Amino acid sequence: MEVLVILIPVSLGLGFLGLIAFFWALKSSQFDDPEGDRHRILRTDFDDQPKS
Amino acid sequence: MTAVEHPQLASCAACAAAPTRPTDVDTSGEASIRLSLPQIHCAGCISGVERALSGVEGVEDVRVNLTQKQAAVKADRSMEADELIGVLASAGYEAHELDPEAMSIDRGSAVARDLLMRLAVAGFSMMNVMLLSVAVWSGATDATRDLFHWISAAIALPTVAFSAQPFFKSGWSALSGRRLNMDVPISLAILLASAMSLYETASGGVHAYFDAALSLTFFLLAGRYLDQRTRLAARSAAAELSALEVPRALRLNGEQAAVADLKVSDEIRLLPGTRCPIDGVVVDGTSEIDRSLVTGESLPEAVGVGEAVTAGVNNLTGALVVRATSAGSDTSLRRMADLVAVAENARSRYVSLADRAARIYAPAVHLLALIAFVGWLLATLDVRLSLNIAIAVLIITCPCALGLAVPAVSTAASGRLFRKGLLVKDATALERLAEVTHVVFDKTGTLTEGNPILVGHDATPKQASIACALAKGSAHPLAQALTATLECKTTKVTDIVEVPGNGVEGRWQGKIVRLGRAAWVGASSAEGTATWLAVEGQDPIAFWFADKPRDGAHDAILALKKVGLSVELLSGDGDQAVADLAKRVGIDDWRAGMQPHEKSERLAELREAGAKVLMVGDGLNDTLAMAEAHASVSPASALDASRTVSDIVLLRNDLRGVPDSVVTARSATRRIRENFTIAALYNVIAVPLALAGLATPLAAALAMSGSSIMVTLNALRLR
Repeated sequence: MEVLVILIPVSLGLGFLGLIAFFWALKSSQFDDPEGDRHRILRTDFDDQPKS
Repeated sequence: MTAVEHPQLASCAACAAAPTRPTDVDTSGEASIRLSLPQIHCAGCISGVERALSGVEGVEDVRVNLTQKQAAVKADRSMEADELIGVLASAGYEAHELDPEAMSIDRGSAVARDLLMRLAVAGFSMMNVMLLSVAVWSGATDATRDLFHWISAAIALPTVAFSAQPFFKSGWSALSGRRLNMDVPISLAILLASAMSLYETASGGVHAYFDAALSLTFFLLAGRYLDQRTRLAARSAAAELSALEVPRALRLNGEQAAVADLKVSDEIRLLPGTRCPIDGVVVDGTSEIDRSLVTGESLPEAVGVGEAVTAGVNNLTGALVVRATSAGSDTSLRRMADLVAVAENARSRYVSLADRAARIYAPAVHLLALIAFVGWLLATLDVRLSLNIAIAVLIITCPCALGLAVPAVSTAASGRLFRKGLLVKDATALERLAEVTHVVFDKTGTLTEGNPILVGHDATPKQASIACALAKGSAHPLAQALTATLECKTTKVTDIVEVPGNGVEGRWQGKIVRLGRAAWVGASSAEGTATWLAVEGQDPIAFWFADKPRDGAHDAILALKKVGLSVELLSGDGDQAVADLAKRVGIDDWRAGMQPHEKSERLAELREAGAKVLMVGDGLNDTLAMAEAHASVSPASALDASRTVSDIVLLRNDLRGVPDSVVTARSATRRIRENFTIAALYNVIAVPLALAGLATPLAAALAMSGSSIMVTLNALRLR
């Protein structure tokens, strides 16, 4: 059972990383235009070079 | 126009950074402009708009938000929105400037974002604690169990302190106002569950309810978030409709003035094609005005010097100078708005299903918990055991499913209706709409588009082409209808001048030709809407017009009758026009020549006879009646005042949405009732178990998640 000492913090840490990632996505406005993002992926405007 | 917006989490990328007021320009000298793009729908449109705008000199950055159908443009301060709109128009995209002041919905989206943040934290903690709880439920004992409980406590307590704050705040404000709302039992359950679990953990007890406290918080926050998001979407779309009408008046010196700044006896210039913002008297110019939004009258009326105009009329042909006789809060428009506010207050006393449930529920839960505590204390004299059982009762009865029952359904219903082009503005609108037994329509602008169409004439092709050439010289609706329908062969008509208030005059093969009002061309006027063509030396010829019914008017009325509603038409227009239209769209019951107060009296009469009336209207003359009605719908083209009163706005130019909304509202209300039944059934099973002291954390978790999921699935069944 000693392995729990490692496993529990690891599992919590991974979950926490996910939470941080969600916060980051929310803060950087990635949920603001779901409809637009769905379409933007299909366009070819910036295929050759990314938008600066 | 159709400003469409889908439910969404927060405002567009640029709003966070963009100033909300035009004066808020950042230091780098950039201004931001927001444009509404009602027609964009695909990847090609995004690229097209962004490419077109970024090609304009002075534009720094463009971002299209397809969800909101808007574009946020960062540009030099000198950039005018009109220039961008012109660029987009030539690229084939319809665009309108949005008044940033009216778009102040950013605060609402901040609330939604905040709730989402709390929801995410609650979800994260709930899953982790549940993981630990599963280990305990499947048989961890002694030191392991205690360790797991402590870890759970370390996760759960900070989470509850952060995520459950909205409930604590609302519950506290209810209590300090000596009221009880749904948030009081919720807060109490969450707090007591956490406190009791902490005590049990510290004393090495078997049962800890950390997971229950967290899943309560999570599910209830989910309901709260859905609710907020639906309201926000409706509010911002409604705000966008208002933002399209930037209320300005043109002073004689060419200055743009805010309507609120105008004083009595100020003079303003009223250009053709604009709406009059004040009550006043014409001091210069002649023109024709369209009073349909104010009175329902569909025929334009000639006005000249000395005649009165009221706020809300449309100026059609000539430029007028109007001296204000009343301004600010004293205009007929504003007085009507005040009357409407009074009537609205009466309606806002409507108690929603959720509130009715909460009124019975909150005291019942507290009473049950108290009974459990007292009963067990008397039976066992064990305070700790009695308290544990009382708390278990509170947790188990806590309205997880109740909290989701209404928002899940109304989100699903509003979303469905939104995709059909109906904007549900009011939280209780669906419930009220479902109870409707009687539908009352207005005519001009509601059943009809307000645009006349040519229905007949007895002109020779030669004469028709003369009429056509003359009509091209005017912006009058009848003239435009003429050019749209007639086949226009090129005929040379020279010296075309518009004579405001009368018609158009020109010269054809040396003869004077006139197109316009009967009296002006020398014809005897006849019943119905007509414009006359007179060629010098010949008898005048009439072109007859009728109001075109809105798309789907006939279908909509059939569908309404089919679902068992009686339909009635109340119009301020003349007998003949109303009778014709009523026959065309299939309404048997109509009244013409109704004054605004007569309309509202008629609604009161219907209400006293026991009918619940849905009023569909667009004009100022309908607003009183709409506020009087049980529920109301207005088209997007309606006057701002009418849209404000209405519960539902039709974003598309199609009336078929009205029966759709009634059907959806009925099935939504049915789902809400079913959801309450599910929640109640679950309590019937769970509460005796809890009262008997048999509830374990596992049972609580199962019951809670089970009922919440069932309620949500039931909401998704909505068709």
